[in-house]
Amino acid sequence: MPQNYNIAIIGGGIVGNAIARELSRYELKTILIEKETEVSFGTSKANSGIIHSGIHDDPKTLKGKLCIAGNKLWEELSRELKIPFNRVGEILVARSESDIPVLQNFIVNAKANGIPAEMVGERKLREMEPNLSKDIKAGLLAPTAGVIPPYEMTYALYENAMQNGVEYLLDSKVTNITRDGSGFVIRVGSKEIRAEYVINAAGVYADDIARFVGADNFKINPRKGEEYLLDKRLDNINNHIIFPTPTPTSKGILVIKTIEGSTMIGPTAEDITDKEDTRTSEEGLAKILDFVRTMVPGIDKSDIIASFAGIRPVSNTNDFIIEESKAAPHFINAAGIQSPGLTAAPAIALMVVDILKNSGIKLEKKKKFNKYDKPHRRFSLASNKEKELLIKLNNAYGNIICRCETVTEAEVVAAIRNGAKTVDGIKFRTRAGMGRCQAGFCIHHVMKILSKELGVPEEKITKRGGGSMNSNGHNSDRRRPWRNGGGAKSS
Amino acid sequence: MSDQNNLPAGRQAERKFTCIMCPLGCAVTVKADDSGNILEIIGSRCLKGEKYIRDEFSAPKRVLTSTVAIEGAKFDRLPVRTSDFIPKDKLFDLMKEIQKIKVKAPINIGDIILKNILGLNVDIVATRDLSL
Amino acid sequence: MAAALKAHEMGVKNILLVDRLPEPGGILQQCIHNGFGLQKFHKDLTGPEYADMYIKQLKNTNIQVLLQTMAIEISKHNRVILSNKADGLIEVCAKAIVLAMGCRERTRQQVSIPGTRPSGIFTAGVAQRFMNIEGYLPGKEVVVVGSGDIGLIMARRMTLEGAKVHAVTELLPYPGGLTRNIVQCLNDYDIPLYLRHNVIEIYGKDRVTGVKIANVGEEGSPLQKTFEVPCDTLLFSVGLIPENELSRMVPLMMNSLTGGPYIDDTFMTSKPGVFICGNAAFVNDLADYVSLEGEIAGGSAAKFAVGNYPNDTRIPTVAGQNVRFVTPNFISRNDSATLYIRVKYPMTDVRITSTNNVIHMVKKIVKPSEMIEIKLDAEMLKKIKSLKEFRIDVGPE
Repeated sequence: MPQNYNIAIIGGGIVGNAIARELSRYELKTILIEKETEVSFGTSKANSGIIHSGIHDDPKTLKGKLCIAGNKLWEELSRELKIPFNRVGEILVARSESDIPVLQNFIVNAKANGIPAEMVGERKLREMEPNLSKDIKAGLLAPTAGVIPPYEMTYALYENAMQNGVEYLLDSKVTNITRDGSGFVIRVGSKEIRAEYVINAAGVYADDIARFVGADNFKINPRKGEEYLLDKRLDNINNHIIFPTPTPTSKGILVIKTIEGSTMIGPTAEDITDKEDTRTSEEGLAKILDFVRTMVPGIDKSDIIASFAGIRPVSNTNDFIIEESKAAPHFINAAGIQSPGLTAAPAIALMVVDILKNSGIKLEKKKKFNKYDKPHRRFSLASNKEKELLIKLNNAYGNIICRCETVTEAEVVAAIRNGAKTVDGIKFRTRAGMGRCQAGFCIHHVMKILSKELGVPEEKITKRGGGSMNSNGHNSDRRRPWRNGGGAKSS
Repeated sequence: MSDQNNLPAGRQAERKFTCIMCPLGCAVTVKADDSGNILEIIGSRCLKGEKYIRDEFSAPKRVLTSTVAIEGAKFDRLPVRTSDFIPKDKLFDLMKEIQKIKVKAPINIGDIILKNILGLNVDIVATRDLSL
Repeated sequence: MAAALKAHEMGVKNILLVDRLPEPGGILQQCIHNGFGLQKFHKDLTGPEYADMYIKQLKNTNIQVLLQTMAIEISKHNRVILSNKADGLIEVCAKAIVLAMGCRERTRQQVSIPGTRPSGIFTAGVAQRFMNIEGYLPGKEVVVVGSGDIGLIMARRMTLEGAKVHAVTELLPYPGGLTRNIVQCLNDYDIPLYLRHNVIEIYGKDRVTGVKIANVGEEGSPLQKTFEVPCDTLLFSVGLIPENELSRMVPLMMNSLTGGPYIDDTFMTSKPGVFICGNAAFVNDLADYVSLEGEIAGGSAAKFAVGNYPNDTRIPTVAGQNVRFVTPNFISRNDSATLYIRVKYPMTDVRITSTNNVIHMVKKIVKPSEMIEIKLDAEMLKKIKSLKEFRIDVGPE
């Protein structure tokens, strides 16, 4: 007998979780189904963290509309979820004379859409960005652009959604969806879940999920983006997010100021066929370095401390697809969420609620919506007085596990007690392992704590679920033959 | 299974070695007859090196270090070593024996964990204290 | 430990030794192989045995030892803030500080190898920790990137425990580690060493499944010849970086050639009263040298703490021909001093000379992987003190 829900959300990225949290305000039985071991392990994991001003997208498109709407919601959202948000501003630079009229056009359009934007001359540009190339004589400043820590945001949405009753089913790949009256039965392995409404937020797999019920009037064409993180010791390479003048097809390769204050360069934009291809490449790095050096010449390959790649779920219309499927009533697609997906996420959630309302669902607001109860404080950002207080409250704050990012045992334990199961899960929630030594010193601490809290032997702890174990079995059990793939003890 | 270029059978065999006595790392060739008697040592530049090469050729030996399982201590492994050199060709045989060992804390540095391993007159000793 | 013990020997009453690990000894406790102490104790010891020599001495003193304690802040007024579970935050004011934070390993990301980011990729030191302390085998089919000593030692260690090491790759035309390790860790086990080769791509989704290795040319770019090696574990041994987060907080003046702060021959940094020694100052080859530096730093710190620190003229050292760096950066002592140099490239039949020919050493071979000690006695130091600078050159005989 399948369990019954009002709403089933498929996909636990930023969009799925933003929708889950919004829906948790209402008297609804909601479940979110995610195929990976933890939420935010798909496209959202590779997000740049930029809250766009909206200047890049046509306001006639959903992308443009929801970006402008979303941008305005970030102060409140970041306050509610206790996530840092910094409106660092973005500068679109003119790398040649011919860029200037293009930028001026952007300003006209921006003003028409209520987006603050102004041209900046050489002197002011030099003041704002001393490391900018001397060849850049002008730029467009859009001060409402900002940055957040994207994975921390997804986890905060997820935790708050759980605190308000949303159920989560992780490590659960949807293998079929069939019609059941006006609702659906979702098959996950041997489990069956019945839901009146399904919200498809399955990222690069949204078309595959929609296909189960014939709601795939779109196709997802994966587009890979590589990014490279520079050592945060390189203080203030840039103060804003630096864009080139956009072309009709692309925002370009950027010099990003992260919320941590470090610099990230990228992304590339490469159309691929394999939805799982997150390889970084020498060509990608070369392309990025060549490009960003035309804007900030001081950037060097030797400053890179981390690299990664993510896959944008680009729809064949190149726009967001957020609508109730005509072919499958009660099946709502929230698909094709490429950039500016992060910015738009809170607005997407509100739009989905509207769609549900119009579809006939009874939306009764809960009398009590639990404010976000953040499971841990970030020790590294606390003042010395606050640090002392934290240690008094919980002495596990006194035990520093990750030296590079100053992450304590208390934060790691809190992350596990709030859903982290893997080394990467800890990394994305607490930053342990994200620093200069890339977990060289803290990995065994993190694995030990995971092992203790989860009651799982250390050699079974994985990097990010599945077969991504960090070991190959206990020394003393070496006599057990090594198996490849699947099952508990494999690698 | 250690040296470079071991030419099989024949009245004279030639084996190449890298001397480790000093940073020069001389490339040394040893010519021997098929009974294993050294006929000529070519490439060595000092007496210390020549002695090392002779030993490496006729009776190569090594110190083995590893860990054994330990119960009741703050760590699961106890580092150990052989108390003296052992024949190089016995390394894996010794590892097999060492892997069977399980000791209980407390252990003191120098404690003999296994006496006269494989009848070689060499002991396996603990290289650190490990308390409860 | 060496620094603390020396300061104690010199009569300093209040010494605090702080370490983030649960026991003293640092990285030595996981270095279970032998080769330590040949210089210092004329014995062939394992890492834990070498550490024990100092731990036993430590136990006989009243030096306060705070373990599982991290120094999170250090200010320009020589105030240090420590953090641990038992005491919370502790603020310590010291008359003199000795920094000995060691170093960390260069990572895969820092050498920009493209491909996927599966599990099974470790720096050699992490694999060493997993095996020797935590007790599990990191993997079974191994490729080692870089022929530094730690990689060579781990190649042997993993082979002895039943793994198969398929290859060790080295970018340069000569190995990075000691010859002894090439012989006893690679040759002994028929592990192939590919010089002038590099891993240029990593495969695998959840776990490493293989790598692509290429023959690289003079500038480091791959030539046509590439081959793939299936493996489930990739160990990186591509260099050590002195750990100087605290040094930068003070802030101390940093030397980009060594990776550590500028120091003189008493191991004092640019900040009076702050001393540094060991791998945090510059990457050493032998623990024996590290101990020696610790003693000098500890002794100097002791003198400083009691107000006896000599105010001598300081002569800067300069790296000359084929010298990548000379350390320390200043000579100030009058009794004796030791300089360390690393050459840029290997050379045979060399002459090491200096300004005014104060030193003249002849060596059959010099290699970047083997640091050269230059011992200066009182007579030499007297000559040096009359110079504007002291330059070291390494040239043909």
